Amino acid sequence: MSNITNQSLNEIIENIKTKKISSTDLTKAYIKNIESAKKLNAFVTTTFDQALDKAKQFDKKPNFDQLLPGIPLAVKDLFCTENTKTTAGSNILNNFIPSYESTVTKNLWDNGSFLLGKLNCDEFAMGSSNETSHYGNVINPVGDQLVPGGSSGGSSSALAADLTPATIGTDTGGSIRQPASFTGTVGLKPTYGLCSRWGIVAFASSLDQAGPMTKTIKDCAIMLESMSGFDEKDSTSINKKKEQYSKNLKDNIKGLKIGIPKEYRVDNMPKEVDDLWEKGKKILKDLGAQLIDISLPHTKYALPTYYIVAPAEASSNLARYDGVRYGYRSKQGKDLIEMYEKTRSEGFGDEVKRRILIGTYVLSSGYYDAYYLKAQKVRQLIKKDFDDSFKKIDAILTPSTPSSAFKIGEKTNDPVSMYLNDIFTVPVNLAALPALSLPAGVDKKGHPLGLQLIGKALDEQKILNIGYAFEKNCGFKNEIKKWWS
Amino acid sequence: MSLDKEKIKHVAKLARISVDEAKVDSLTKDLNSIFKFIEQLNELNTDKVEPLTSILNQSLRSRKDEISDGKIREKILKNSPKKNEEFFVVPKVVE
Repeated sequence: MSNITNQSLNEIIENIKTKKISSTDLTKAYIKNIESAKKLNAFVTTTFDQALDKAKQFDKKPNFDQLLPGIPLAVKDLFCTENTKTTAGSNILNNFIPSYESTVTKNLWDNGSFLLGKLNCDEFAMGSSNETSHYGNVINPVGDQLVPGGSSGGSSSALAADLTPATIGTDTGGSIRQPASFTGTVGLKPTYGLCSRWGIVAFASSLDQAGPMTKTIKDCAIMLESMSGFDEKDSTSINKKKEQYSKNLKDNIKGLKIGIPKEYRVDNMPKEVDDLWEKGKKILKDLGAQLIDISLPHTKYALPTYYIVAPAEASSNLARYDGVRYGYRSKQGKDLIEMYEKTRSEGFGDEVKRRILIGTYVLSSGYYDAYYLKAQKVRQLIKKDFDDSFKKIDAILTPSTPSSAFKIGEKTNDPVSMYLNDIFTVPVNLAALPALSLPAGVDKKGHPLGLQLIGKALDEQKILNIGYAFEKNCGFKNEIKKWWS
Repeated sequence: MSLDKEKIKHVAKLARISVDEAKVDSLTKDLNSIFKFIEQLNELNTDKVEPLTSILNQSLRSRKDEISDGKIREKILKNSPKKNEEFFVVPKVVE
């Protein structure tokens, strides 16, 4: 089978089940693609030998009743993988080999898949362009010199370049949806608590959530079903019955009420983004959905709130990197304190240090009320905006990002302009809601653009259904030329 | 408000990160532009708003106080940059 790797995950699973291809041949096809795509720099670590062993084991004794039978998967290097190096894109974890497996990856393996490699990402998931990784920039397969988005930039690049049939990322402020939008792929940030955070390198614990990145909505449903579920080891994991998202996928959205928030039309937004939003509204309307104008009045305060809450939580979470128990230790430092200071200075990159300093400052004595407490109050207002709107609607449609993928280096000198990338994605994390980024079109340069569907808490099935209907009627096809191999 | 270099050095000390003297100027510029952005929140009156402390509207579960693993000393020590048999080793802290 020649073009197996450009098929969707669902098609590949069918080919495995009908024995048109073996897991071993499938794995070999991905390894070949990965080896010829070094220019993209999507991988930090590859686990080919281990993957081929697992594939052979599967072929010897196949179990086709699993959700991911014999499927090789590469995952973001933020998920701890037992006995496989996990760096979080940081120098401070350049030699860290976990002795345990994250719950989310364990769930994937328990459903029949196995690890193909670890994907590059912004350092500790702090970034919107994959330019903060210690392991170098990742290139967007859409075009040389374009960023793949971030922080799950290795994930979006590898997926769009056919280096993995599907993947997973983490989303603290947009880190799944923005890279999905930049690469013409599907990305879902689930409701906070749906996927376990156990074994994921922590960034901001009240915002972090793992989710699938895939080529199609059906694939997204399969991956979400495989990775989600209650976990005792995560104190904020939601204890509820497991859903069968892929089996329950329906494309009938007649009568659903879709909210259109006026605050998501921002200054200097390219006309193409606005046009795409209009196109999205029309598609949903033609499918029988009802469009309703809504207001989310505190939207503009979401990013400033995020840049207090997220760094504050990060400064606490990253206090553990001290050069004592694991990770990098500086060779300098005469005493313990100096060893800590040098280790953290040499181990962390500039963006991570900036955020630790912001977080330390906003939590420090005398400033807590002015910043952190204030942000927690505004976060309440942002959540209330959504709660009020969702009393009269089923889902919200917005653009995913204010622009398509930008050039490497274009925004690195101005942190605030980089942060503005996440203007449409951040409010969802603050309110703990699920949101899906759908590939919907291209701008005049031919670069992909996405639309975002936001759902009520735990209403993943509904936004997947809307996405499914949208996908069938949108006519978007991700046409990426393999210029890198 | 604005952050001066001394303040930034103090915060860096609290965060246990040594800051390269040559980078203090650019760091000061970046942090001040970020704080200017953050301080948009001051436009909002939040006197009567309760802070959001739990995003799930549920209290954290408690669990039985039971030992669920153990005897993994070797695993725990495995990633240590410097160890001595059963201990993590750090620079001398007492004279």
